[in-house]
Amino acid sequence: MARSSFDISLHDLLDDLLQLGGMVEKAIATSLQALKDRDLKTSERVIKEDDFIDRKRWELEDRCLELIATQQPMAVDLRVLVTILHISVELERMGDYAEGIGKISLLMGNEPPLKPLVDIPLMAEKASDMLNRSLDALVRRDTEEAVAVCNKDDEVDQLYDRVYEDLLALMIQDPANVQRATYLLWVAHDLERIADRATNIAERVVFMVTGKMEELNVSKY
Amino acid sequence: MDQQDVVLETRDLRVFYGSFNALRDISMEIPRHKVTALIGPSGCGKSTFLRCFNRMNDLIAGSYVTGQVLYRGADIYGPAVDATRIRSEIGMVFQKPNPFPKSIFENVAFGLKINGYQGNLAEAVERSLRRAALWDEVKDRLNRSAFQLSGGQQQRLCIARALAVEPEVILMDEPASALDPIATLAIEELIRELSAEVSIIIVTHNMQQAARVSDQTAFLMMGEDRAGYLVEFGDTSQIFTNPTNERTEAYITGRFS
Repeated sequence: MARSSFDISLHDLLDDLLQLGGMVEKAIATSLQALKDRDLKTSERVIKEDDFIDRKRWELEDRCLELIATQQPMAVDLRVLVTILHISVELERMGDYAEGIGKISLLMGNEPPLKPLVDIPLMAEKASDMLNRSLDALVRRDTEEAVAVCNKDDEVDQLYDRVYEDLLALMIQDPANVQRATYLLWVAHDLERIADRATNIAERVVFMVTGKMEELNVSKY
Repeated sequence: MDQQDVVLETRDLRVFYGSFNALRDISMEIPRHKVTALIGPSGCGKSTFLRCFNRMNDLIAGSYVTGQVLYRGADIYGPAVDATRIRSEIGMVFQKPNPFPKSIFENVAFGLKINGYQGNLAEAVERSLRRAALWDEVKDRLNRSAFQLSGGQQQRLCIARALAVEPEVILMDEPASALDPIATLAIEELIRELSAEVSIIIVTHNMQQAARVSDQTAFLMMGEDRAGYLVEFGDTSQIFTNPTNERTEAYITGRFS
């Protein structure tokens, strides 16, 4: 007995989830680039485009609910749908962090950054890579890759520690730095949260495949 | 499972219709005061298996079983066992409601009368009708024919009739498949309520129904030799969210070939 129309719907839903993932990856990269370049127009665009991410997430949620109501999925089908629901929320929240970075960039206005941005772009790169790989693990139903993604979170946490210490030192050095250092600290925090949410996605992949939900990496933060 | 939590147990149970082996080597424990669902594709032997628990297969010429069905620690297929007695302790409700061509009252009183019940018959009938969630709907017309009831009411009457003789177990063979969705939900609610005091084994083709009403689910399949066998037995929540066996997975997700 085949369930081709249901299978096609599930497949389309996964495709669209990946599309949402792509939108979020782009938002993260663009928000960082705009921050580095002090390109306020682009920061504004990132903020505006978060609406598309939100809408995509709601659309995915609607379609999941419709399939649950009309197809009565069981076992792995049910787990796939619940996984898509959860991951779409994670992605939408990641989009909000990118939007947050856009807003911080606007707050910084035309002021030059306190110091050249080195570790923060590195954090963004690593967090984005984790996101990308977690979605790869989803597509390939690859639990080993999912676990590997979670292990990467420690690297982002370490970078966050370093950024925190550097910025704290600058604040102690000169209280006039406090404002700008705080902005950058917020950015680093957003990136750290993005990496955490990538581990949540990876944990959902393991759940989808095995039916077991477990914390694969306890974040320091 | 702790022995006192087990109401029925099969050991290496095989059922034959003449030379045809309909079921092979089923060993499982049926929990007390729980709902156990038997699911599987047509022809997998789930109804045959259900009928083993009160020797209903005895009524089919040429049928015999090997292995054991233990009830209260004794094999119900033992030589000294009275099958009629077993059937009063292990009652049955069928797919199509089958009330007797009698009044509502007499339907419920029937089993009590033939067992020579000495208590207050009217009270016993009311008690059973209440337990079957039918009393309020029929209390003013107990002497009317059972055939005047709707299909769902007739099925609840059959459940009341089975309950009247205070059975330990009730076997249900697709009890709601002939009913509309509202009557089906009423039967399902009733099954859940009754399981506090009666052990229930239910055969159903409707997997959502098995998921809704049962505590434990057994999945049976037909082998290449056409004999039914047990594939997986476990907590209903586990079977429907994360079955261990890939054949169970294929069946409950509708990808069975």
